[in-house]
Amino acid sequence: MLKKLKTMKKTTRSNMITYGIVIAAFIILQTLTYTGNLSSLLQGLLVPLCTYVILAVSLNLVVGILGELSLGHAGFMCVGAFSSAFFSKCMRDVITVAPLRFFLALLIGIIVAAIFGIIIGIPVLRLKGDYLAIVTLAFGEIIKNLVNVLFIGVDSNGFHFSTKDIMDLNMEADGTVIVNGPQGITGTPKDSTFLIGTILVLITLFIVLNLINSRDGRAIMAIRDNRIAAESIGINVTKYKLMAFTVSAALAGAAGVLYSHNLSTLSANTNNFGYNMSISILVFVVLGGIGSIRGSMIAAVILTLLPELLRGYSFSDYRMLIYAIVLILMMLFNWAPKAIEWREKYLSFGKRKKEAVK
Amino acid sequence: MSFISYLVNGLSLGSVYAIIALGYTMVYGIAKMLNFAHGDVIMIGAYMALISLTQLGLPVLPAILVAVVVCTVLGVVIERVAYKPLRNASSSLAVLITAIGVSYLLQNIALLVFGANTQSFPSVIKWSGVSLAGGRLNISGVTIVTIAACLVIMIVLTLFVQKSKPGQAMRAVSEDRGAAQLMGINVNGTIAMTFAIGSALAAVAGVLLCSAYPTLDPYTGAMPGIKAFVAAVFGGIGSIPGAFIGGLLLGIIEILGRAYISSQMADAIVFAVLIIVLLVKPTGLLGKKIQEKV
Amino acid sequence: MAALLDVKNLGISFGGLRAVNGFDISIEKEELYGLIGPNGAGKTTVFNLLTGVYKPDSGKVLLDGQDITGKKTIDISKEGIARTFQNIRLFKQLSVLDNVKAGLHNKHHYSTAAGILRLPGFRRVEKEMDEKAMELLKVFDLEQEAHLTADNLPYGKQRRLEIARALATEPKLLLLDEPAAGMNPNETGELMDMIRFVRENFHMTILLIEHDMKLVSGICERLTVLNFGEVLAHGKTSDVLNDPQVITAYLGE
Repeated sequence: MLKKLKTMKKTTRSNMITYGIVIAAFIILQTLTYTGNLSSLLQGLLVPLCTYVILAVSLNLVVGILGELSLGHAGFMCVGAFSSAFFSKCMRDVITVAPLRFFLALLIGIIVAAIFGIIIGIPVLRLKGDYLAIVTLAFGEIIKNLVNVLFIGVDSNGFHFSTKDIMDLNMEADGTVIVNGPQGITGTPKDSTFLIGTILVLITLFIVLNLINSRDGRAIMAIRDNRIAAESIGINVTKYKLMAFTVSAALAGAAGVLYSHNLSTLSANTNNFGYNMSISILVFVVLGGIGSIRGSMIAAVILTLLPELLRGYSFSDYRMLIYAIVLILMMLFNWAPKAIEWREKYLSFGKRKKEAVK
Repeated sequence: MSFISYLVNGLSLGSVYAIIALGYTMVYGIAKMLNFAHGDVIMIGAYMALISLTQLGLPVLPAILVAVVVCTVLGVVIERVAYKPLRNASSSLAVLITAIGVSYLLQNIALLVFGANTQSFPSVIKWSGVSLAGGRLNISGVTIVTIAACLVIMIVLTLFVQKSKPGQAMRAVSEDRGAAQLMGINVNGTIAMTFAIGSALAAVAGVLLCSAYPTLDPYTGAMPGIKAFVAAVFGGIGSIPGAFIGGLLLGIIEILGRAYISSQMADAIVFAVLIIVLLVKPTGLLGKKIQEKV
Repeated sequence: MAALLDVKNLGISFGGLRAVNGFDISIEKEELYGLIGPNGAGKTTVFNLLTGVYKPDSGKVLLDGQDITGKKTIDISKEGIARTFQNIRLFKQLSVLDNVKAGLHNKHHYSTAAGILRLPGFRRVEKEMDEKAMELLKVFDLEQEAHLTADNLPYGKQRRLEIARALATEPKLLLLDEPAAGMNPNETGELMDMIRFVRENFHMTILLIEHDMKLVSGICERLTVLNFGEVLAHGKTSDVLNDPQVITAYLGE
């Protein structure tokens, strides 16, 4: 087995290690849960952990591989969460097999998020750099705002929509409210499990890693490194930018499905679907190393678990402060020309950098 | 009559946006970076004024002066420590992400120092304003002072950039940093000065913003900061009159949207403006077109 | 025989400045053709017009009899023009091999699904691409460096890699923008051999911009001289270089 690992291509080997880490972590955590060695607090964190890993890995596809800064990633998560929770709540009593219901909800969340990815991506990807970042932020906030004024109810006459309040839905007496504006959706079946979450993480990694190491991934990275040269060799810049953006949005949608089916109440606020969440995901990506998929995954896990593990040390008060400092220091250390010079001079990182890594 | 009073409120809010946008647009024009932390400098400025007024018992003008001085120093320090090392980084994302980090840092420092509670901001403008049309249209003192302050700042800044020696250096650096360096212009000094001016304006904007909407918490600056950036883009990034016009228009759009469409959707409307502007005329109302050299 | 590249009256203005005006050129198949002229004469602008980076506001470009005037860059690449850049534009973070494989993008296909699911088509086509890319790297003496990141190559090799990447698109016409810039005489000599080799073995038609007169007179059969955006002279290399008008343009009065 080990010998076989050695003869594999370098990237394949690296990918196998990534999958291995996920599977090992799953087995360890599951064993700890069954033997009663995992606190209920940490058990409650397992599904969110998977959510954050998927978000971080999918955002890295845009930031690290496509090379554009998206500040609206939480918006796609929001779309996936609400569309799938809406479906599951409607189907709660129609489809009683939880895994099947979840699977269908997942498909819906992914497809809706992907559609939003395309709709938003087409205009946004014409922009560059700072403008692209601020417009993705704008779209993310608009999505959050729209969800907060959305009221949907159902009665014997079918669905009713409003952007004002429940009364405005004009429902019959037998009607029930499904989406209640700022209060969101309550009573989504809790179909997410750690096993499902882990499988979704593996699928996400599989899609992203294989995409990167394929003809399409090469085209996406070529555009990142030099758009004009990419065009000159006949690479369709718009198509591949949109591909990366949409796949990333769809995966964020999947994370949203996982997230919403882990909560009985789903409402959109700044911390779960707004700007703050988008920034938190960005911190995972930056800390794990822009472009490093495994790094994003590990950073997401550490930054989610650390505050909980250090709860007794009033760490959580300083959590965001530390995030901010980490973000600044990481960028300075990794990108400042002087820091790079210093590193190449005094640390042997330079050697490792010479081999192309993906 | 309510329409006119909305319009006046819009002008007032727009004036605050314009003052913030001036800081954004100057920094963007000269350092070629989006200073995400600009909005949070506003918040720090407002806290400084608040402390000076309530804890130190200073009169209004010295309190504002304290805020201006602190913010100016803060702006220069941020530039020196966080942005300058990344000025020639190979990735343009680096400095943008760092700026987001600085924004978060300021918010969380404020959170630890001043607490998460919303504090009420004392009125710094005692004048009750004027009453027009037989009492049917009241314009508050704050509104008038804000609009006037914005006009004065706009004019002074335009004169400074057009006529003064440092202003000319700023324009030269904005046009071509390398050439400016060769001409003997102190590029680092000019960029630092731009941050100083922008941050001083942010302090003034902070005081005016909190006078009009008298609440203050660590996140007070974030949203107006982003909206002011929208205003700067709207008017054409890098253009001083553009920031002024963009700010005023955005303020009016936001207040009218709040009044006639939906108060919950006001932010969404502002962002929709940004998206439409960038898609239809990415250079904004008064901006210049830049073509990538091949 | 019709020319491979036939350009008539090509022109473009930038805000009132006529950067290129009435540009004509006609290049035969498998010809090695030089485009020379003082700095700022508009040589790179001509390349940008030929490759669709800029849209010409007058004139016509025929490639192998096909009208490609005003087409988009990616379509012109598919029609068969490839280029290198004056200021090297490699995919810096990709490996040397992947730079060339990116050039093979439109010649070797498999679906996105095949790529993600690692279907047999993926393995077969990737293998083909690897072999093809290594062949090209061998031509430019880069096979040892195949797995380094492009950014870590020395300058001369970066220039060569850019040519290899352009060739990977299997063009009819190869445009080289100052291929010898920044090279020492030794490296320039090697480069001249490589360009000759490419012409012979790939039956390539090559148009190059160059300031190094040793290279120009050594390998170009015909030249066009550009000055202030207009053609100053056409003709055989030796004739053109001895034209008094050209000498004046270059050396000044």
